[in-house]
Amino acid sequence: MTMLDQSSAASETPLLDVRDVVQRYTLPRESLFKPAAQVHALNGVTAQVRAGKSLGVVGESGSGKSTFARVLMALERPSSGSVSLLGRDLNQLPADELRRARRDFQMVFQDPYGSLDPRQTIARIVAEPLTALGRIDRGALRERVAAVLRQVGLRDADMDKFPHEFSGGQRQRIAIARALITQPKLIVADEPVSALDVSVQAQVLNLMQDLQDQFGLSYILISHDLAVVDLLCDEIAVMYLGRVVEQGRPEDLFAHGAHPYTRALLDAVPRARAGSGRRRRGAQAIASQSSGTTGCPYASRCALADPHCRATAPALRKVGPGHLAACHYAEAVMALPPVAAEGG
Amino acid sequence: MSTPLTATVPAIAPATRPATGFRRRALRLRSFVLGAALSLLVLGAALLSLLWTPWSAYDIDVASKLHPPSAAHWLGTDVLGRDIVSLLLVGARSTILVGVIAVGIGLTFGVCLGLIAAARKGWTEELIMRMSDFTFAFPAVLSAIMLAAVAGPGMVTSITAIGIFQIPTFVRVTRGSANAVWAREFVLAARAAGKGKFRITIEHVLPNILSILIVQATIQFALAILAEAALSYLGLGTQPPQPSWGRMLNDAQTLLFQSPMLAVYPGAAIAIAVLGLNLLGDGLRDLLDPRLARER
Amino acid sequence: MTVTDTPMIEVSDLGIRLNTSRGPAQAVRGVSFALKRGETLGLVGESGCGKSITALALMGLLPDSAVVSGSVRLDGSELVGLSDANYCKLRGNRISMIFQEPMTALNPMHTIGRQVAEPLRRHTGCSAAEARKEAIALLDRVGLPDAGKRVDAYPHQFSGGQRQRITIAMALACQPDVLIADEPTTALDVTIQGQILDLIADLVEERGMSMILISHDLGVIAENVQRMMVMYGGTVIESGETNAVFTRMGHPYTQGLFRARPRLGAPKGTRLTTIAGTVPELADLPAGCTFADRCAIVEARCRAALPDVVDVGVAHGVRCLRTDVSMATPIGAGT
Repeated sequence: MTMLDQSSAASETPLLDVRDVVQRYTLPRESLFKPAAQVHALNGVTAQVRAGKSLGVVGESGSGKSTFARVLMALERPSSGSVSLLGRDLNQLPADELRRARRDFQMVFQDPYGSLDPRQTIARIVAEPLTALGRIDRGALRERVAAVLRQVGLRDADMDKFPHEFSGGQRQRIAIARALITQPKLIVADEPVSALDVSVQAQVLNLMQDLQDQFGLSYILISHDLAVVDLLCDEIAVMYLGRVVEQGRPEDLFAHGAHPYTRALLDAVPRARAGSGRRRRGAQAIASQSSGTTGCPYASRCALADPHCRATAPALRKVGPGHLAACHYAEAVMALPPVAAEGG
Repeated sequence: MSTPLTATVPAIAPATRPATGFRRRALRLRSFVLGAALSLLVLGAALLSLLWTPWSAYDIDVASKLHPPSAAHWLGTDVLGRDIVSLLLVGARSTILVGVIAVGIGLTFGVCLGLIAAARKGWTEELIMRMSDFTFAFPAVLSAIMLAAVAGPGMVTSITAIGIFQIPTFVRVTRGSANAVWAREFVLAARAAGKGKFRITIEHVLPNILSILIVQATIQFALAILAEAALSYLGLGTQPPQPSWGRMLNDAQTLLFQSPMLAVYPGAAIAIAVLGLNLLGDGLRDLLDPRLARER
Repeated sequence: MTVTDTPMIEVSDLGIRLNTSRGPAQAVRGVSFALKRGETLGLVGESGCGKSITALALMGLLPDSAVVSGSVRLDGSELVGLSDANYCKLRGNRISMIFQEPMTALNPMHTIGRQVAEPLRRHTGCSAAEARKEAIALLDRVGLPDAGKRVDAYPHQFSGGQRQRITIAMALACQPDVLIADEPTTALDVTIQGQILDLIADLVEERGMSMILISHDLGVIAENVQRMMVMYGGTVIESGETNAVFTRMGHPYTQGLFRARPRLGAPKGTRLTTIAGTVPELADLPAGCTFADRCAIVEARCRAALPDVVDVGVAHGVRCLRTDVSMATPIGAGT
C-alpha cells in the first residue's frame, strides 16, 4: 500500500467500528451463599466494516454470534466496548438520535415465520422502520412500500395481504423489503436463509447479491454456513465462544486457514459428490460458555493444543496481509494442506 | 441495473388460501353454537324485558300468590303474586348489567396493568403482580360485605366489588400472554426499527393477545353472574323491589317444601346463563387459537 | 439362501392420501423400494415432498384420517392396515425412528435413564434393574461421557448433540431391524453433525440394521447412504446408488437442486442457478409430472400422465420422459 493509500484509508471513517465488545450475562443464583455465575457471551470482539464491503460472521451455537447481532443493532448494551456507526458511538447517543440513526442500519432475522407480525398487513410490516421515525403521509408511505416490494420481486397487490398467505421464501423477501425501506447503508442479516429450502435459499441469496450490487449495501451476514458467507462477503470473521479466532478474506481462510477451528468447520461440511463415503471424525469435548477459563478457549477440542495453549490465551494477531488469527501455532496451521472442499 | 433484477426473480406463485371458512367452522363447532344460542337467549330475555313483559314485575297481587303454571301466568307466581316469567326477564337485565360492567372494570384496569407489567418488567412488574396477588387472595364475598357495610348494599356495590375482584385475573392472563408476545421475533424487529415500548404494546402486543382476552372475558362474565347471584342471595346485591335471580333463590328458600319450583326457575336461569357463556368461551378459544396456529 | 434374500423392509406402490385444509390431497404416490439387512437408503427432498410422511407411514404414525394404499412389509409381514395395538408392539422394538428436534424429542420431566429404559421395559419385559443396566450400557455406547453417573440426569442438563445421542440410544434399545432417521442432524451444529452421523453409521453396521436416512442436504446423503431416492411432489423422481446418481444426475429437479447449492471457493459474483417457480401445494399437484410447471425442458406429453421410471444406468432410475435431453451434458460431481 502506498503512502497515499494508507492516508486515505486512515482518514476514511469505517461504516461500522466495533471495538473490544464484551457482553456478560448474569445467570440466576444457584445458592444464596455463592455469587451468581456469569456467562461471557462476547469476550472482546473487534471488527471494522467499510462502506460497500460486507463482513461474514461464522460460528456455531455458543459462539456469541446472535449476541453480536443484537449488540450491533443496539438492541442490547454491551458490558464494555463500543459500537460506532459512521464515527458515532451508538450507546452514547441520546434515545432520540439513536432512533433516527437506525435509518442507516436495519436487520433481517432468521425465522421467516416469527419475524413478521401475523396480525398486520404486509404494508404495515414493511413500513414499520419508516413509521418508527415519524409521521409520514399515507399515500407517500404506500408508494415507498410498493417500490421496495417490487425491488425484492413481490407485487404491489401483495401489500394488503397477511403473512400467512406467503411461503417461507416470500416472507424472507418481505423481511428484506422491510430492511430496505429506509435505504440503509448497513444490513445485519442473522442467518437469513437457514430456515429455507435449498432452491428457495438460492433465490433469496441471488436477491441479496443483486441488492448489494445495486445499492452498494454493506452486509453483516451471520451464518453457520461457510458457503453462504463466501458468496456475499468480502471478509469473514470466525467466532468461537465469544471471541473472534480468525478473520480475513474468504480465499485466505479457505486456502490457508490459520486456526484449527476454521479448518474443523471446513472439514465438517458434508460434500455432495460421488465417492464421498464416511470420514472418521474424532470425539470432541463440548466446551461451555461460562466464566472464562485461562488459556485458549479451543484448547479442549484442539489436536495441536499443548500446555502453553492451555495456560495462555492467544491474542488475535496478524498472520498475513488482512489476515488475523488467535492461535499460538497459526503459522504451522497455515502450512497444512488445504481442506479439500467441494470445488466449483 | 433494475431490469436484470426483475428478469431473474421468478414469477411468484402466491400461496393463497381461500377465505378460511371461519363462519363455516364456527357453525360446525357444537360448543360454540350451543354457547352462542344460550347466551343470546339470556341477552334476548333482557332486551325483551325493556319492551314488554307479560305482567309488570313489580305488581304485587297477594290474592294470586303461589299459583302453579297457568295460561295467565306461564310459570306461576311467587309468594307476593308476582309473575315469575316477568321476574326472570327483568332479572336478566340486572344479571347482564352487572356482568358487563363488572367485567368491563376488570378488563380495563386488568389489561392496562398487565400490559404495563409486561412492558416495564423489573420492579414495576413485581409491584403490580404482588398487588394483584393480594387482591386475589382477599375473599370476594368478604370484600363485598365490607363494601356494603361502608357504602350500603345495592347494585353499584355489587358491581364494584365484583369488578375489583375481576382485575387480578385479567392482570395475570394479560401479563402472561403479553410476555410470550414480547419474546417473539417480530417484536425484536420492531425494536430494531426504533419503535418504543408504548407503540410496540399498542401495535403489536395488544392485537396478538386480543383473542385470549376475549375468551377470558366470556369466562369472567359467567363468574360475575354467579357472584352477583351469590351477593343478591345474601342480600348485598340488587335490593327489592328490583328483581334479581339471586334474590329469587333466597326468597324461594323458605318455601322449598311448599313450592320447590320457585327455586328451580331462577336456578335454571343462572345455570343456562353460566353454561352458555362457558361454552361460548370454550368455542371461541377453539375457533381463534387454531387459526392463530395456522397462520404460521 | 432365501432367508437372507428376503428384504428386511419392502415397500410397494405406497400411496398416502391426507386431509388438508383444502380437501383431500395425495401426499405420496407410487413409492417403492426394498432394503435388505445392513443396507442404507437416503430420502432427499425439500419441504412438502413427502419424505417425512413416508417415514411416518412406515412407523404407522399417520393421522387417523390418512388413507394408505399399497404395501409395506417388514420381514415379510404386512404393516398396512395393521391395528394400532399390534403396531405398538413393533414400534421401538423392530422398527425405530429418530426425529429432527432433539430439544423436544425427550420428555423434560423424566430422567434420561428412565426414557432409555422405557422401550426395554415395554417390549422385552425385563426388570427395572436390568433395564437400568442396559440403559447405562447404551448411553455409554452412544458416546455420552460418564454414563453411569448421568443416567439420572434430566434432558435439560444436556446439549443438543448429547440429547440426540440419547434419542439414538432410546431408538436402538431393543435392537430394531429397521432404523429411520428423519433429519437427525439438521438442528445441530455442523461440527457435531459429522459425529452423530458417524455414530449412527457405526451402530447400523455393528447391528446389521437397515437404515432409512431422510435429509434435505445432498451432502449428508452423499456421505452416508449406499442408495438414495429423490422425492418431489410426493413421488420418487430419481433413485439409484448414491455414487451413480451423484456422478450423473438424471432428473432436471435433482440437477437443479444440486446446482442451487452455494459452493465454497466459487469466484466472486457468481450467481446461484435457481429452479424457477415454487413447490406446489399438495392439493394443487398437477396430473402429469409433478415438476412440469418448473421444468426448463417440459413438453406437452409430460403433463399428460405421471411418467414411468426410466432406467438410465445400472440400478439408476429416473421418472422423466426427457432424460435424453437432461442427461446430454453430465451434471454431477464425480470422484
